[in-house]
Amino acid sequence: MVVYIIKRLLIAIPVLLILIVSTFILMYAAPGSPFATERGIPPAVLANLQAQYGLDQPFHIQIWRYVVGVVTEFDFGPSFIYRDQDVNDLIGQGFPVTLTYGFWSFLVAVIVGGSLGILAAVRHNTWLDYLAVGVSIGAQVLPNFVLAPILVLTFTLWLGWLPGGGWQGGQWQFVILPVIALSTSFMASIARISRASMLEVLTSNYIRTARAKGLPMRRVIFRHALKPALLPVISYLGPAFVGMITGSVVIDIYFSTGGIGQFFVASALNRDYGVMMGITILLGALTIFFNLLVDVLYAWIDPKIRY
Amino acid sequence: MFATKSVADDLAGAAPVKGRSLWADARARFLRNRAAVAGLIVLLLVAAFALIGPLIAPWNNEDIDWNVLGNVAQGGRPSLETGHWFGTDALGRDLFARTVQGTQISLLVGIVGALISVIVGTLYGAIAGYFGGRIDNVMMRIVDVLMSIPYMFVLILLLVVFGRSLLMLFIGIGLISWLDMARIARGQTLTLKGKAYIEAAVATGVRPFTIILRHIIPNLLGVVIVYATLLVPSMIIYESFISFLGLGVQEPLTSWGALINDGASEMNNGTLWMLLAPLFFFVITLFGFFFVGDGLRDALDPKDR
Amino acid sequence: MALLDVTDLTVSFDTPDGTVKAVNGMTLSLDPGDSLAIVGESGSGKTQLAFAILGLLAKNGTAGGSIRFDGQEILNLPESKLNAIRANEIAMIFQDPMTSLNPYLRVGDQMAEVLMLHKGASKRDAFAESARMLDAVRIPDARARLRMYPHEFSGGMRQRIMAAMALLCRPKLLIADEPTTALDVTVQNQIMELMADIQRDFGTALILITHDLAIVAGSCVKTLVMYGGRVMETGATDDVFAAPSHPYTRGLLNAVPRLDVPQEKLETIPGDPPDLTALPAGCPFSPRCPASHEPCATTMPVQEAFGAGRLRACHAAREAVA
Repeated sequence: MVVYIIKRLLIAIPVLLILIVSTFILMYAAPGSPFATERGIPPAVLANLQAQYGLDQPFHIQIWRYVVGVVTEFDFGPSFIYRDQDVNDLIGQGFPVTLTYGFWSFLVAVIVGGSLGILAAVRHNTWLDYLAVGVSIGAQVLPNFVLAPILVLTFTLWLGWLPGGGWQGGQWQFVILPVIALSTSFMASIARISRASMLEVLTSNYIRTARAKGLPMRRVIFRHALKPALLPVISYLGPAFVGMITGSVVIDIYFSTGGIGQFFVASALNRDYGVMMGITILLGALTIFFNLLVDVLYAWIDPKIRY
Repeated sequence: MFATKSVADDLAGAAPVKGRSLWADARARFLRNRAAVAGLIVLLLVAAFALIGPLIAPWNNEDIDWNVLGNVAQGGRPSLETGHWFGTDALGRDLFARTVQGTQISLLVGIVGALISVIVGTLYGAIAGYFGGRIDNVMMRIVDVLMSIPYMFVLILLLVVFGRSLLMLFIGIGLISWLDMARIARGQTLTLKGKAYIEAAVATGVRPFTIILRHIIPNLLGVVIVYATLLVPSMIIYESFISFLGLGVQEPLTSWGALINDGASEMNNGTLWMLLAPLFFFVITLFGFFFVGDGLRDALDPKDR
Repeated sequence: MALLDVTDLTVSFDTPDGTVKAVNGMTLSLDPGDSLAIVGESGSGKTQLAFAILGLLAKNGTAGGSIRFDGQEILNLPESKLNAIRANEIAMIFQDPMTSLNPYLRVGDQMAEVLMLHKGASKRDAFAESARMLDAVRIPDARARLRMYPHEFSGGMRQRIMAAMALLCRPKLLIADEPTTALDVTVQNQIMELMADIQRDFGTALILITHDLAIVAGSCVKTLVMYGGRVMETGATDDVFAAPSHPYTRGLLNAVPRLDVPQEKLETIPGDPPDLTALPAGCPFSPRCPASHEPCATTMPVQEAFGAGRLRACHAAREAVA
């Protein structure tokens, strides 16, 4: 197992390097300087600015500095727009926020979705099953950017129960709507996947064997059916993670939660390449790491996987 | 001997069995699925809305109705008299015309994205699966790597770096969408590879690419069609997502995501129609594609559930 | 008193294509320690009969009639009561050993849980007994094997494990559903020898479900021939093989390749297995039966006793006697 993890880590490193380098090349190839938009800058000042950010250096020096900075010190360089802050400061501000509601959303999606799906399969063709199927179909057509306005409309404008935005250091009232908006579609997907796989597992021969052994249904489900039924869910966790990171951008914009998504979009609109690169690389690294975790979890549950 | 004869007699006497092709069979199964048929009708109606809409709209999608500007909450309501059937947006532009236009863009993005994924993904997956071994390993490893990147950020990066345009949007979405399709096509190819008719083709010296194009890909078609149908809505969602962030198509062009974003930001002003009109089309179209996709899957692969 | 009394058992399934009548009024009886082979083509309802006994029918299935085990009615018993009987008194070995063991649990855990559940054994004792049982089915190095997962065993080994698991509680009745079908021929013989040994050593009554007549001859005292969910004929295995009374039995026996008689080609039974959604009112075999005549398609022949403890249900055979 340890060897397997090390092997996977060794694969992750070049992937991460490729990500960093290709992001950098993309930015380098981008037409125009980040300062070109600011009209009326005298050439001398522009040259000064370029020099200050090292943009006057040849390509290989720039990329070397950047990669070394990222790898050795987690230093993503300066922001070109927020002059007094560097990328690390912005990430330091936004990332804890994203992490907080992201964590809760992930938890809600997995636990609620998983239990709903499993329950629906165990109580196949009962009202609970129909409810789960209805919810998962409904949530398919309500991605976060659609659900967010609907939630605000309902809970903020009509009912007046919850604030429609803001963060306030993460007080619970401010966390609820973002979490619902972000988690619902993933919850529904997980419910759908776990229901389908549980239904399939329950018709398998080894479950019949377990029942023929006289095990009570509860034990059949928890001990014999749960593990295999959750394997497809575990495979889905990687894509779900990526989807949630992506969705966090919408959450940050719509609820003004102040997570990194907000900085990302702002930097995208302002061509602040430093921030965009930093966030892309950070999230890419997170995703790679998370996928590694998922693979290890999968290998741990499925004895047939040789590592 | 006796037995053989009687069986032959039976067969001769029986009414000739009408040969039903796989596709005719699938069509019959699909038409029996009420949700799928309803979904198909909805999709046809939405398509008609996008195509015929510009012809019947009393207003142009770019023109500002100066009568309602400044008084959108009252004057911009949906009404038959003003000709703003869906009302106007915050700038006094006719929402019906804009919704029609947004529908065109969103459907176009969805279909083009799905098409790219079908062409690139199917070929890629079929080649990887057919050749197997090291080629397969490398090709699928690349897919894995690309999949583990938060592509939406990369797409936004691309849009920012190369400028926002419809073409860039297509390229960006197409770059991402084929990954899943490649995996699916590869998996199917692996099972097809063991089939006798493929082995027969190999044995008679048919060249690999001819086998892939003539024997493998036609047999992948069922799965590919099902998956492509399910891909269209996710492409629409991607585009809407980007437009929602204000990074998609540029004014005066619009799309469902941009319209929903506009409507959502005006929600506080009592102009709910701005949100509801695009939302309605967005939701029913997604429903339509999902139901049609499910129906196709059941129709083309009855073994599956 | 008979150990198992099945009376007028019916099993049917609701499907989109109509009601599938898998078992249509079966009656059979089995004494303690006895062995009975149930023979029939696929689709003859033999597996569903076994599932009905253990209450393992699929959700869309319904069963009627009566199954008495040890004097107690067990058909349609609630799951909680059935659980006390399953594995403890009636155990079953399934057709496909490759998929019948849980691939995600160690073999030892899967075996031990049976003893812990039914006999209240401690984990330690349960594992010790499981190891002994693996020994008994001739799996070498049993203790170490308990820690392995099913995919680390061959098909024949897995079927031995299934057998060992079934025997843990010393059940009074063992139902083996095509235990050798999925296995290589050489392994088939080993498993059949194992079945015979089990019967002898543990005094367990055995119902062997199979379509393979070659297996029946050497392993079961009695034979029951099934077709279309009905009993065609039953009796001592030697008698049934020596003098088959039902045309279907004769057809089955003729379809077995023989080495002792020169044969030009193998006989087959003409026609297809019955469509269980549309069985004839009379004998299910009548559409394929060479002796079929006027009453056969419309009236089901009654079961009549003849010879030494034999039963048959056939118009033609009865008329031949009369």
